[in-house]
Amino acid sequence: MAECVALSKTPMDNSTLRLRKRAGSFRRGQNAAAHSFKEPDDGLSPNGLSDGSPEPHDVHVSRLLPVVACVSFSTRLYRITEPPHVCWDETHFGKMGSYYINRTFFFDVHPPLGKMLIGLAGYMTGYGGSFPFVKPGDRYEHHNYWGMRGFCALLGSFLPIFAYLIVLQLSRSQTAALIAASLLLFDTGCITISQYILLDPILMFFIMAAVLSMVKFHQQTHCPFSSSWWLWLGLTGVSLAGALGVKFVGLFVITLVGLNTVWDLWRLFGDLKLSLVEITKHFAARVFGLIVLPLFLYVTIFAVHFVVLNKSGPGDGFFSSAFQSRLIGNNLHNASMPEYLAYGSTITIKNLRIAGGYLHSHWHLYPEGVGARQQQVTAYLHKDYNNLWLVHKHDFNNSCPENPDLVRHGDVVRLEHKETTRSLHSHLHEAPLSKKHFQVTGYGMNGSGDSNDLWQIQVCGGRSGDLVKVLRSKIRLLHRATGCVLYSSGRTLPKWGWEQVEVTCSPYLKETPSSQWNIEDHINPKLPNISLSVLKPHFLEILIESHIVMLRGNSGLKPKDNEMNSKPWHWPINYQGLRFSGVNNTDYRVYLLGNPVVWWINLLSLALYLVMAAVSSVAVQRGFSLGSKRTDQLHVLRRGGGLLLLGWLLHYLPFYAMGRVLYYHHYFPAMLFSSMLSGITLDIWFKSTDLFFRTPYSDWLQTTGNVVLLLSIVYSFYLFHPLSYGMTGPLAHHPKSLMAGLKWMDSWEF
Amino acid sequence: MLLLPWVVTTQVDVVLLLVSALALWTRLSGLSYPKSVVFDEVYYGQFVSLYMKRVFFIDDSGPPLGHMILAAGAYLGGFDGNFVWNRIGAEYPESVNVWSLRLVPALCGALSVPLVYCLSLELGASHLSALGAALLFLLENALIVQSRFMLLESVLIFFILLSFFCYLRFHNTCHSSWFSYCWLLLSGASIAVAVGVKYMGLLSYLLLLGVACVHTWKLIGDRSFSHLRVCVHAVCRSVCLVLVPVLLYVFWFYIHLTLLHRSGPHDQLMSSAFQATLEGGLSRITQGQPLEVAYGSQVTLRSSAANPVPCWLHSHKANYPIRYENGRGSSHQQQVTCYPFKDVNNWWIIKDPLRQELVVGTPPRPVRHGDVIQLVHGMTSRFLNSHDVAAPMSPHAQEVSGYVNYNVSMAPQNMWTVEISNRETDGEVWKTIMSDVRLVHLNTSAVLKLSGTPLPDWGFHQLEVIAEKLFTAPSTSQSWTVEEHRYGTSQEQKERELELHSPTHIDVNRKISLWAKFIELQWKMLTTKQENSEHKYSSSPSEWLTLETNIAYWLHSSSNAQIHLIGNPVSWAIANISLLTYHLLAITYLLRRRRGFKDIPEDEWNRFVSLGSVCVGGWLVNFLPFLLMEKTLFLYHYLPALCYLHLLSPALLEHVHSHLLRCGTQRRAMAVCVLGLAVSVLLSYRNFSPLTYGSPQLSTAELQRLKWKQSWDILYRRR
Repeated sequence: MAECVALSKTPMDNSTLRLRKRAGSFRRGQNAAAHSFKEPDDGLSPNGLSDGSPEPHDVHVSRLLPVVACVSFSTRLYRITEPPHVCWDETHFGKMGSYYINRTFFFDVHPPLGKMLIGLAGYMTGYGGSFPFVKPGDRYEHHNYWGMRGFCALLGSFLPIFAYLIVLQLSRSQTAALIAASLLLFDTGCITISQYILLDPILMFFIMAAVLSMVKFHQQTHCPFSSSWWLWLGLTGVSLAGALGVKFVGLFVITLVGLNTVWDLWRLFGDLKLSLVEITKHFAARVFGLIVLPLFLYVTIFAVHFVVLNKSGPGDGFFSSAFQSRLIGNNLHNASMPEYLAYGSTITIKNLRIAGGYLHSHWHLYPEGVGARQQQVTAYLHKDYNNLWLVHKHDFNNSCPENPDLVRHGDVVRLEHKETTRSLHSHLHEAPLSKKHFQVTGYGMNGSGDSNDLWQIQVCGGRSGDLVKVLRSKIRLLHRATGCVLYSSGRTLPKWGWEQVEVTCSPYLKETPSSQWNIEDHINPKLPNISLSVLKPHFLEILIESHIVMLRGNSGLKPKDNEMNSKPWHWPINYQGLRFSGVNNTDYRVYLLGNPVVWWINLLSLALYLVMAAVSSVAVQRGFSLGSKRTDQLHVLRRGGGLLLLGWLLHYLPFYAMGRVLYYHHYFPAMLFSSMLSGITLDIWFKSTDLFFRTPYSDWLQTTGNVVLLLSIVYSFYLFHPLSYGMTGPLAHHPKSLMAGLKWMDSWEF
Repeated sequence: MLLLPWVVTTQVDVVLLLVSALALWTRLSGLSYPKSVVFDEVYYGQFVSLYMKRVFFIDDSGPPLGHMILAAGAYLGGFDGNFVWNRIGAEYPESVNVWSLRLVPALCGALSVPLVYCLSLELGASHLSALGAALLFLLENALIVQSRFMLLESVLIFFILLSFFCYLRFHNTCHSSWFSYCWLLLSGASIAVAVGVKYMGLLSYLLLLGVACVHTWKLIGDRSFSHLRVCVHAVCRSVCLVLVPVLLYVFWFYIHLTLLHRSGPHDQLMSSAFQATLEGGLSRITQGQPLEVAYGSQVTLRSSAANPVPCWLHSHKANYPIRYENGRGSSHQQQVTCYPFKDVNNWWIIKDPLRQELVVGTPPRPVRHGDVIQLVHGMTSRFLNSHDVAAPMSPHAQEVSGYVNYNVSMAPQNMWTVEISNRETDGEVWKTIMSDVRLVHLNTSAVLKLSGTPLPDWGFHQLEVIAEKLFTAPSTSQSWTVEEHRYGTSQEQKERELELHSPTHIDVNRKISLWAKFIELQWKMLTTKQENSEHKYSSSPSEWLTLETNIAYWLHSSSNAQIHLIGNPVSWAIANISLLTYHLLAITYLLRRRRGFKDIPEDEWNRFVSLGSVCVGGWLVNFLPFLLMEKTLFLYHYLPALCYLHLLSPALLEHVHSHLLRCGTQRRAMAVCVLGLAVSVLLSYRNFSPLTYGSPQLSTAELQRLKWKQSWDILYRRR
């Protein structure tokens, strides 16, 4: 083992290493035969992935890689500060970067790492967090925004380099790697998406880093537990944590690595030379590197997030009362209010479900056909005047004695909405969404009402006569007339309900957080304010809470009616892009759209790959004897191509099952895999010309094919480059436009 | 002459006969009770009635074959379609033959039981375990309830089972005989029926294809076959399992469309061209219309977008309010909207900007792609106009109005360019019904578009029409078709108004191909969105496994007699346990085989794998997709998945008995256990049968005793 490490450190000794490997794997092949253990994959070529192709390629790596890197950095960093105004989602992610610099708490549906890095990059380059990022199109003026954009572009520049290395590793072919890298280098979409303050370049950086480390890790199979083996294993874990820490899309690459690891372990498990102890060691190492380590890093990211953001901000209402008490500036931070609930108090009532919202009402009625036409009662996540309710005794007198009575467990009360003076009411009508529950409305005016306005307060786990503690008591509101309990179903009402959350009265009396509420604000001038220490939540609790809030937020991003919604099938055919900046002919316009030539080559080679894989598999299954060259190619096609195809599928198919609103840029991670697959496929396709032509011609054809392919990619980039680097002047239908004649599809909007 | 005795030798599987008889008895006895509408009969019944009356309809819940099978039963029983299916529990009149309405599903349900017996045998199980599977089917209350009414699940299950049975029969017989391909053909046909009954059949079809692919792959690897022979086999298989089902599926639609030739309630959802092929409805109006739209034509323009509702370009004598509620100003010109009802205000006249007259010349001058026109509103004579004023509900787009000259330096901008988007197929000339037209505003290059937002009170809740900048992607809401059309002849406004009120006349004939109709109908069925509200008895997939939920199908109008969809709890428990056991066993075997231990002989292993791939695979494909679905789901969606588990349980028991238990005592103990299980399945069936058959009626106390789970909703009538 030690020998192996020493060898792999010095490039001079590569040849001896190679020899050792060959011998080893040859022996393994014999052994396998002796055990009559036929593995379908290894049956093709007993040599491992790393052998079978001549070595001199490694020399070229160093010659071509700097070229790729140079082109990559220069295309991504060119005109990085243009346009000098906020483009598209910069308004979100730039703003969130500023929040980190200002340490203000906010809520977002994505995990924090990407925005933290953006904030850090801004901070390092002298951006003070002072720009408000109100809406797209706002000018940056004197603010230092280049740092944040440059950081994203820098990470985005690594994508072609990583692609080059991954394909080189998988296929051992310079040309394949070069094709893959140039598909990405000259794709206008990849350039555009890397040049702005967005999460996608950061996400894709980590995805590609994870795949690269995984591939490198697999190369180390011959010397397990060596230091480079550990290094790549660790790097894989770190990149996975990074990917998941930026967006939940990182789960797809985790699945990819997971499946690959399971397959690898299965291979080891079937290797009867290895003892069970050895296998357990392998297993434990992977658990540590690919589960424990990323999990630890991921949790650390959140710990940093919570430590940095310690001031109250716009995201408070999404979280529970206990969570809010952590934030400086929130009214629950070192709160001081009357301790026990009293009649005549003004209160807000918060549901105990995570991201449950405040009991809310407003001057709008339920529409016709949805129960009785009375005032809506909903749950609302933001802090608002319409969340305030007054507590009244049930016997309708509005007289206020000097010393207000306190509310006790079992008391019957009437809750009046402060703004509209309607009472909380329920009756035997179906609720709007949860048909098994009853509708809750606002009814009556200034206390005129009926017996359906009466609710009994119960403290969970309390006995009759117990006082109701503000913030700390969990209470339930039982409807007197029907015996149901006030309930927040968590479903979003349609447009007539302003997309707030449904509140119902549930006839099922089980104690769940959905039917439990707590009193958050409590205002009663007649009672002394007492400083309350709310229970500080545990770190694990806030971690879980923030995740549930994020997931709820994500599934709440439903497509709106009448809004042009991008469908997953649009993406691979490059059907429609996204406007980053500018609409009219006077504006500086940037349009996110992949280079159509590149994207259509990708689409074509996907089909080509399937055909080639199918034909070659059938040939092998029928027992045709293939030459050693062909066998090697088949091996690359199946292993390397299969891995990339799996990556593409994992990053693309799940979007079909997603109910949330989708955008064109969601396809870019899948597009990376697709481009790498094209590299491998096209290379082998060109190399297979000798199937049809004799040697000198086939070589010429192969060279010509490669050159034509590369030239057409570069030329199409020249044609479409104004999409990413910005264009002004007339739109494409005008003959004098930069893009005249290039609007090949009606659906492109430039 | 008769040298040899003339002998007919038959072998009769008495068990099979017995099981069939029992199945027929459990499914068919007292079929016409209750003599009132039960649960979803109210839904399927309306379609049966429409078939009887030959009226066109769209049902987005599934392909038409299922409805047609139900309608066939009704037809044989002499049902005339005159029954209003309006509520569950409504009594059938004497004239309706309830027995025949329910016969087909009940027969399918009954025949499933002997089919399961045969299928088990094909899966390699012994006769005893095949009998076990048949018994589990026979005594499954949920399957009985579902097959005794006019519902489709039992038909679906029957044909799924049939196709698997035929496929396995094909696979198990010798490959050399071409006769065996009859079985494969039958398999393809019956899976086509299953898919035609419900889309859910597609899940089992995928599994069948998967199994067939694996077998074909093995065939390809068989070097003893010549290349040619392998090719022929592969082609035959793909014809039987892919081509035949697809053709049959289209054939169901052919029958459907041939049967339904009258216009009906759902006409509005279809394109004008489609509607024109139906008797009555639009075709009555459009019959005899001139085909080519000419200058001076009077037309109604229908938006091609079907959401929120189909509607026509409309204007009326009311202006936009000077200020909207949010303080924005408008042009205060005449409103232009989209109106979902036929109305005389939907008529527009096409005018040549260069001429004054509003009549069609002789010969008529047709309007072509690229021509510039003006549109005059028939009743008010206002010109369709657009300008740089924000639209009422969509402030990013331009307002569209009927131009009123207030002398406030707002010049009329009422020229529109005609763009025919389907000119490649239907020609450069603007044609009634066939041409999809985009109207592009000449001054601003904005496109006339239906935004679909309802206007507030001042706009009478009609739909907003806007002009949106070009260079957005083309969508159906931007395209318009001429639906009603006549050549205008009247010079004077008064005359013209009279003319607009009169129906159109002259003749044109318009036919679209069956294929186009099929594509349109199928697309509409898949894309029409149903209101996705929760139903009182809807449930989530996680509740199905443990039978946490039930559905009340019917309650007697005066007594406690009631019918529920409740499974047999004992057999559901058996099903779940065997599913779990299979997984555990499979994992253990796999791991141990990988390390070189062979616990069971190779052919038993193969049988174990094929059992799992059909039964467990069938359960997976029929259950997992529901976890991702966002539609309203009911317990009966689980029944196909459950059937696969009932197939699995006895075969698994047999496997355990013969390969895992070594000594005789264990085997005897197991036999006793199995006997006990069988008895308890029977007892539990007996226990719940009052809720299955709706008789005898039970007292409240007895009903409460039947409420085994808190979450079940059993109804008690208050006295």
